Amino acid sequence: MNPLPLYVAIPLGAAFLIPLLGLWWKKSGETLASLFTLILAIMAVLQVSRPAAVYHMGGWAPPVGIALVSDGLSTLLLIAINVVGFLCIIFSIKYMQRYTGLNKYYSLFMLMVAGMNGVVVSGDLFNLYVFLEVASIASYALVAFGVGAEELEAGFKYLILGSVASVMLLFGIGTVYAVTGTLNMADVAREIAMRFGGEMNPALLLAGAFFLMGFGLKAALVPFHAWLPDAHPSAPAPISAMLSGVVIKSLGIYAICRVFFNVYGIAAGGAGAVIFANAMIAFALLSIIVGGILAIGQWDYKRLLAYSSIGQIGYVMLGIGVGARVLATGGQLSIAGLAILGGLFHMFNHVAFKSLLFLSSGAIQHATGTRDMKQLGGLREKMPVTAFTTNMAALSIAGVPPFSGFWSKLVILVATIKAGHTAVAVVAIVFAFVTLVYCIKVQREILYGTVSKLVEKAREVPALMYVPLILLAIACVGFGLLYPVVGVYILEPARDALMNGAEYIQLVLG
Amino acid sequence: MTVYFLCVVLLTMGLYCLVAKKNIVKKIIGIVIMDYAVNLYLIIVGYKTGGVAPIIEPDMPVATLERFVDPLPQAMVLTSIVIGLGVLSLMVAMCVRLYEKHGTFDMSVISKLRG
Repeated sequence: MNPLPLYVAIPLGAAFLIPLLGLWWKKSGETLASLFTLILAIMAVLQVSRPAAVYHMGGWAPPVGIALVSDGLSTLLLIAINVVGFLCIIFSIKYMQRYTGLNKYYSLFMLMVAGMNGVVVSGDLFNLYVFLEVASIASYALVAFGVGAEELEAGFKYLILGSVASVMLLFGIGTVYAVTGTLNMADVAREIAMRFGGEMNPALLLAGAFFLMGFGLKAALVPFHAWLPDAHPSAPAPISAMLSGVVIKSLGIYAICRVFFNVYGIAAGGAGAVIFANAMIAFALLSIIVGGILAIGQWDYKRLLAYSSIGQIGYVMLGIGVGARVLATGGQLSIAGLAILGGLFHMFNHVAFKSLLFLSSGAIQHATGTRDMKQLGGLREKMPVTAFTTNMAALSIAGVPPFSGFWSKLVILVATIKAGHTAVAVVAIVFAFVTLVYCIKVQREILYGTVSKLVEKAREVPALMYVPLILLAIACVGFGLLYPVVGVYILEPARDALMNGAEYIQLVLG
Repeated sequence: MTVYFLCVVLLTMGLYCLVAKKNIVKKIIGIVIMDYAVNLYLIIVGYKTGGVAPIIEPDMPVATLERFVDPLPQAMVLTSIVIGLGVLSLMVAMCVRLYEKHGTFDMSVISKLRG
């Protein structure tokens, strides 16, 4: 049986079941949420062994019905979403005890997972928009979950900007429908390829600009990043980990990749493709520069991590953008493949180390009651496990060999230089050192140094909180050392799904 | 062509309201105007002069079949309205909470975060 609809149905069912059973059973939230996310995580990991598949909803074959599609790229995101989701739920059990209304929290969490899973398996543009809204609305509410002044303001800001992005996306989808007369992604791709043959018509160019803006806002690329540095620190730590670890990737980067590579067919060339590829590289560079510079000056640990997310998303986008440009200008396929592989690999690594860093910020806040870096220090002596895992993630994000972050950045930089963008590569290398600077700042101010007054009283967090940290730390090292396994089974199918737009059409329409 | 243009004008008006107004209730109204501009746009995409409801019956003349309106944009607009309602209720709920905290709707007073 094809498990694709279950990725949406299980968390969606859990989201309704949790508050319902919560009327009689107080712990329904944590029990059901951890059970269902565990099932989803196992399903997602097993998805690797399955070939690319299509599920027709209600038995209606596309392009009439809605199709759910799993190819390499979807599988990569499914693994990231569901495994990180499970670890965040485990972390939440102890961490969230200080909040009230916990069943609502777990219900919203499952709704967010359902929305993200829906986005990555959807084969229909409008369906993608609906799932994106489900995930977004749940995340707006979760950012404001603490209902303090700061949380509400950050949530409101995120909500307003997110709504603008949604309006733009719907406008883009409407325009694509007006031009091609269909919403199924593969069918749209076929129509664009047949009618325009790689030549971009103005309406599609406009729609593409709307898509880049809308998805770019969800991915927090720089001109559209203003919500992220407020929303991430204000949310509870497991939600920050989800937002930074998977939400900006599945709603932003994944959607950009899918729309521009598989629907617009950037590989086919034409005037529009080069414009979009250039825009991607420009946004990526801006993100790398702004995220890196602003992260150094932060003293709030979570705010520093949030700016760092912007910078690292820039690296992911750089890899994808360079790949798109090489494909669009008809360059060597091997270079394009290398760039895209680097981008996807960095995205996969970022899932592991940024979730780990945000969870560790939660553990630190849980133990010491603060996230102000000036009041922390010497954590290594009082909280050895948290400090050790944080150290691993910081080294990985800074790009120190042999951690995973080093290899992915190396691949992106090599591909950028090979594609002939030496100036871009130089900027990226300079800001890789900036990343190192703020990671050293994290180590100096939090992990090492003299033991501060607040840390003096701190004790190591309970096992339910540090086990997810250890698992993610193993992933940080493992992705680097076990690249042959991760690369062949997860990353290369994802790269091939992006490179061969025509295969996607073949897969869905048969 | 004019209707499409007016649609974009409406969208821009909503965006202006969102950016220029300090009162968060007015900002919400701006979002709603943008939402409706897009709904209107989708409806116009599927509009046909003298169209009839797309219900197929046996022995229907071809002339009637050709006058069918496209039902898909209408389905999209319905979904979009429902989503818009959900977002609107969340926005208003947060707006009420913000008013309880600060005693004002003025975003420049509420705003403490630097972005």
